Amino acid sequence: MQPANLMLLVIAFVVVAYGLGYARSRSLAMPMGGIRHLKSLPFYYGARAALWCGIPALIVLALWAAFQGKVIQLLVIGSLPPDLVPEGAGQASLLLSKISNVASGALPPGFVEAPIAEAAERLQALRAQSRLYMSVLVVAVAVLAGFLGWIRISPKLNARSQVETTLKWIFFACAALAILTTVGIVFSVAFETFRFFQKISFFEFFFGTQWSPQTALRADQVAAEGAFGMVPLFTGTLLISAIAMVVAVPVGLLSAIYLSEYANKRVRGIFKPLLEMLAGIPTVVYGFFAALTVAPFISDFAASLGINASSQSALAAGGVMGIMIIPFVSSLSDDVINAVPQTLRDGSLALGATQSETMKKVIFPAALPGIMGGILLAVSRAIGETMIVVMAAGLAANLTANPLESVTTVTVQIVTLLTGDQEFDSAKTLAAFALGAMLFLATLLLNVIALKIVRKYREQYD
Amino acid sequence: MTDQRSQAELVRQSLKRRYRKERRFRAYGIAAIAIALSALVILFADIIGKGHTAFIKTTVTLEVDIDGEAMYLDDASDERQMKMADFVEPLIRALMKEIPEAGESDRDDVRDLINPYASNQLRDALRENPELLNTTQTMTFLSHTDVDVYVKHAGDASYSIKLNEKQRGWVDALYERGVVDTGFNDVFFSRGDSRDPSRAGILGAIVGSLLTMVVTLALSFPIGVAAAIYLEEFAPQNKLTDFIEVNINNLAAVPSIIFGLLGLAVFINLFGMPRSVPVVGGLVLTLMTLPTIIISSRAAIKSVPPSIREAAEGIGASKMQVVLHHVLPLAMPGMLTGSIIGMAQALGETAPLLLIGMVAFIVDVPDGFFDSATVLPVQVFLWAGSPELAFIERASAAIMVLLTFLIGMNALAIWLRKRLERRW
Repeated sequence: MQPANLMLLVIAFVVVAYGLGYARSRSLAMPMGGIRHLKSLPFYYGARAALWCGIPALIVLALWAAFQGKVIQLLVIGSLPPDLVPEGAGQASLLLSKISNVASGALPPGFVEAPIAEAAERLQALRAQSRLYMSVLVVAVAVLAGFLGWIRISPKLNARSQVETTLKWIFFACAALAILTTVGIVFSVAFETFRFFQKISFFEFFFGTQWSPQTALRADQVAAEGAFGMVPLFTGTLLISAIAMVVAVPVGLLSAIYLSEYANKRVRGIFKPLLEMLAGIPTVVYGFFAALTVAPFISDFAASLGINASSQSALAAGGVMGIMIIPFVSSLSDDVINAVPQTLRDGSLALGATQSETMKKVIFPAALPGIMGGILLAVSRAIGETMIVVMAAGLAANLTANPLESVTTVTVQIVTLLTGDQEFDSAKTLAAFALGAMLFLATLLLNVIALKIVRKYREQYD
Repeated sequence: MTDQRSQAELVRQSLKRRYRKERRFRAYGIAAIAIALSALVILFADIIGKGHTAFIKTTVTLEVDIDGEAMYLDDASDERQMKMADFVEPLIRALMKEIPEAGESDRDDVRDLINPYASNQLRDALRENPELLNTTQTMTFLSHTDVDVYVKHAGDASYSIKLNEKQRGWVDALYERGVVDTGFNDVFFSRGDSRDPSRAGILGAIVGSLLTMVVTLALSFPIGVAAAIYLEEFAPQNKLTDFIEVNINNLAAVPSIIFGLLGLAVFINLFGMPRSVPVVGGLVLTLMTLPTIIISSRAAIKSVPPSIREAAEGIGASKMQVVLHHVLPLAMPGMLTGSIIGMAQALGETAPLLLIGMVAFIVDVPDGFFDSATVLPVQVFLWAGSPELAFIERASAAIMVLLTFLIGMNALAIWLRKRLERRW
């Protein structure tokens, strides 16, 4: 049975277990003179039986479904004749995809070597076996655990407190998933990054000014020896983020000031949601806009002035990214400006200052740390933004500060290195994880600093 | 005295300048809002301008003489004959009949007016109903993409018209007579991707998005709500709780592409799950949207006044009963609103899905959670990268569909909030 169907079956079992538990508690209570002699309400006896039935079965199901793919792969590889056993992980994944293509019928068995066709049959058989074993095991666990939970129901049993404690642990597990996710991110990038630095020196990665990750796939192939210096990617990312900030900060800040200090409630009610619409537009749409409308416009415009501009200029990507970040800057500044106590405003206005003077000389300095925090968050947004740059910025790793030239960014390279088929131990793929690690660290650092500033600032006026 | 007066004089003199400054500052604010809004308007206008023509298809309606002799076919129910038969010939003949001025030497030009898959359509019709052989039928076919582009964009300089002069003349005449006609592009909504722009549709991507969203919603809503309940109602004040909170806040700000790396390393490489399937996409998006849902659910729980809790506790409810019977139902509208917004975010997300292989060219509409699929934003990305303007047109149309879904979801969230939220 497929995991999804099996899951439905387990849910059916859980419902049955609930019903049986409920009925048993009632029938136990009957000779004693009604359910008021039970320690808990029948509902809790039913729920307890359901939990007993469902939790172990679902855990077994999840574990089996998670690991069966890997185990089957290893078994299939292990059973290949020795001369076909792949050497590296890259070869293995190629071979595996070939085998599974034969197994799924996409590739006729006649087109491949006999051992591979056999392996495909074995893969099919193992998959069928795995499904069968999984179904039997899950059903057995559900029935057995459900029975155990059911048989131990007695009027003295405090089902309610047991059910509530279990629920509390389930809630805790859900909250702890956040830790697990972070750990997963750290380990998945750290592990590959470590392997990357075994192949490429630390020094070259951080200080090299050449980035051309195309390495030779085979030993005899004529290809450039890959160069992995992240300086051009780093400067490219910074250039595009800087352009984005030049657009987003003044526009976002000024519109926040206008909406919070000048606009009346009605105007605010209309324009604030409109501004926030900019934040709800998917990044792929901005990428489309940048690549197909803004970039050609900029290069045509520059050409009409006699300036040479790349058709994938940093200016197009950065400018559109700036538009995307406007609502981010404006809503954060809005919060901060509104957090400045009204007394400061009143005091300044009472002294005869105009509204703009109050804003510039009193409120802005008071809000500055918070606004800085907001801007740092926006920078971390810009650094991690992917689709706009993938579509509108180029692939060429130029080391330049000219916004009309094409640059590439860390995120563009991660996507380029990891889309399509790839082998898993080449320096090329590992480099993507090393870049991911750098990106994660950079955004984490910015966020921690920014949140600290914002929080500290908030406490100041609370 | 004179001193005071001169000071007042100074202030008065400076007033004009100061008011000017004030007006200028105000104008800056208005200009900023105008810039942001005009960007929004230009964006929408650009996309609608580029994409609205994708909702129109060009068809060719022909009197097809399904002549068995010309097709080398005498029994349409015989599968072997059907494989060998020539289904193009009757189409060319029908077209030639409509274009009297075309001679034998123009056969190739005539053939190129009709979609290359039109012969498959004829074959499928015969397969379904073998009696049609040796009859004359009126059938409507899709035109060739080049004809479609010519009919829709003849005056537009940015489109390159691939038809030659002769073909243009024919198409103009046929259009005049209604043989070539335009209509609502139902193909766009009823098919998967294709190499041929006029046969490419977004149904595959929509179904893929739907399957992915089902997985995301089914996982992230219960987990997010449970985590929020724990953190708001049960968590003790200790280091572990603090650590969980720090993690959630940081995850909310981690770039989405990092979640793609996580999905690739853990779900695909460690667990050996298949690439480009909705389940893996849904899992990755779940991890990505969880922080949003947890944060908004916590805000919703916080907004339930303590008097409700105290009243329930006062009549003997246990802590869990207070939460499940009273707090949760009252916080539900806020939680739903937050989740819908989180789902809208996930629906528009592209970057992490690229890394787990949901960028494949997939023709078939996916039929399950473990079937290769792509999603709407990725389909936009794929088409936007094509050099053919006919695909760009479809990418814009797909963006319009995507934005319609997003606006719908946000409107639903706003409506829910207005309708169900209580003020205490």
